[in-house]
Amino acid sequence: MIELKHISKVFPTAEGELHALTDVTLTIGDGDVYGIVGMSGAGKSTLVRCINLLERPTSGQVLIDGADLCAMGQKELIAQRRSISMIFQQFNLLMQRTCLRNICFPMEIAKVKKADAEKRARELLDVVGLPDKADAYPAQLSGGQKQRVAIARALASDPKILLCDEATSALDPKTTRDILRLIKDINKRLGITVVVITHEMAVVEEICTHVAILDHGRVMETGTVEEVFSNPQTEAGRRLVYPDGVHIAQLPAAKVIRIAFNGGSSYEPLIASLAIDCGVKVNILGADTRNVNGQAFGTMLLGLPEDPPEAAKAVAYLKNQPNITMEEVRDYHG
Amino acid sequence: MDKFFADFSEMLANPKYFNEFAFGIWETLYSTVIATAVAYLLGLVLGVLLIMGERGGIRPLPGPLMKVLNFVINIVRSVPFLILMLCVLPLSMVLLGTKIGTPASIPPLIIAAAPFIARLVETSLRELDKGVLEAAQAMGCTTWQIVSKVMVPECLPSLISSFTTAFITILGYGAMAGAIGGGGLGKIAINYGYNRYNYAVMLVAVVLIVILVQIFQSIGSRLAARLDKRLASGGRRAFKKQIQRDKQIPGAM
Ligand SMILES: Nc1ncnc2c1ncn2[C@@H]1O[C@H](COP(=O)(O)OP(=O)(O)OP(=O)(O)O)[C@@H](O)[C@H]1O
Ligand SMILES: [Mg+2]
Repeated sequence: MIELKHISKVFPTAEGELHALTDVTLTIGDGDVYGIVGMSGAGKSTLVRCINLLERPTSGQVLIDGADLCAMGQKELIAQRRSISMIFQQFNLLMQRTCLRNICFPMEIAKVKKADAEKRARELLDVVGLPDKADAYPAQLSGGQKQRVAIARALASDPKILLCDEATSALDPKTTRDILRLIKDINKRLGITVVVITHEMAVVEEICTHVAILDHGRVMETGTVEEVFSNPQTEAGRRLVYPDGVHIAQLPAAKVIRIAFNGGSSYEPLIASLAIDCGVKVNILGADTRNVNGQAFGTMLLGLPEDPPEAAKAVAYLKNQPNITMEEVRDYHG
Repeated sequence: MDKFFADFSEMLANPKYFNEFAFGIWETLYSTVIATAVAYLLGLVLGVLLIMGERGGIRPLPGPLMKVLNFVINIVRSVPFLILMLCVLPLSMVLLGTKIGTPASIPPLIIAAAPFIARLVETSLRELDKGVLEAAQAMGCTTWQIVSKVMVPECLPSLISSFTTAFITILGYGAMAGAIGGGGLGKIAINYGYNRYNYAVMLVAVVLIVILVQIFQSIGSRLAARLDKRLASGGRRAFKKQIQRDKQIPGAM
């Protein structure tokens, strides 16, 4: 379990003190995939770097399974760091080492026998789906492949915790999804606690169980992804969940929306999950959809609830679905 | 002009000159090799200290210590080599019992070159991405492991380039040392050319120095390029092949 208690971080700068983090308290349970989201400059990187003390908090405690990292000597801290792995936006692989030797690196510094390390490294290359890249150098890999090697390297020390600082921000959407799936899979199979730093809500939706919203160095809200996404309690939360500004006051201009399916799953599960995930019931006013090989195509007219917040929730939910486009129908005459 | 040609044919005819040049090359080479090896070791240590000890480095050292280090390096670098050499010759006297000859020129060469090499090493190490150092710290590397397993190996191509520069600079300094009692090709050039107006011999000595510089420069450059796995020629070819192969696999990243 990771417990951050009243963490503050102040950077002295030329223009005076910069409060990057102010009184941040978070608890991250074992096996969670914990998202920390916020706008650029919110302090996300600073926060995650406090977890392995790459950044030493100005005040507060960092407890890993009850042990306070800030109170540790260099030796103990190094031992702790070997059970907390980290992956980065820029991969940070050793460019002069082959992939295999990159993955061996954490074992090398922990003085694992060379033969054992290589065997383990090859297993890990299999896990991340790059068994044929053992002898390639990082310069010969694509971004997604580099991040896979970085993930394999991160797993080499059998960590309890995996920290991901914008691990997919340098990758294209498809590669992003593959990498996220890999991380989720690792979390499920190995039970590693994952902390995901991102500014993209889609990443949180894809893999996180819990989320904390950070704004100007403060935690605005925390909760399960469902709670926070279906009903953000703060302005900062709403800004992130509804980036296009579906404001509650602004919405019920149209009580009817048309959604178009572009080949996702069919419409019944969508309407059902809308009811289950958001607790919002909508009326199907009309539909012209076809199932082609289990994928839905066509359009559907939905009547939204009268209650504005409810309607907003439904719209936000639909907006976040893949393969669906949505438009408001202003002049619908039933 | 006539004297030049006369000197030239005499030089070709007399085996004494051949022996003298061969011995000059030998003296120049061994003094340069020894001086560079020792000076580079010193410079490497100083350069690593400069990088890891600075504020925000992997193991910040006390500010006053860093100031002194920087100050001393700058002072030694700014003293002209011949003057430095005269100042350091007493050290040769203590260490080797003589102020004259090739061995005596080695300690001054080391002291003159080490601070210069420290700056070269500092520049090389600065090329390393901060993120890589951070990743190493996050993995639980000790300071020594970061220096020995990350900093130096990752910067090896650049360090080899700076080694080449150091070698060539020391070779040049060594030739200058010929003016005040050092040996080697520099001494031959000065003895014959400056003192006896035998420009033919001087010319050959200078050409030999130029050839040595060219040889070591190209060895150094090639080695650095070959060892660089970021864009080394071998690596680059493999890289292109890899890209082509990846393009043929549908759905490959
Ligand atoms: N070493 C530092 N010295 C001074 N200020 C810093 C330092 N590191 C971060 N900051 C400042 O702290 C604030 C938070 O930075 P941080 O990198 O944590 O943001 P972030 O949420 O990760 O942003 P992004 O999404 O752009 O990566 C910023 O205002 C930044 O300028
Ligand atoms: Mg960041």
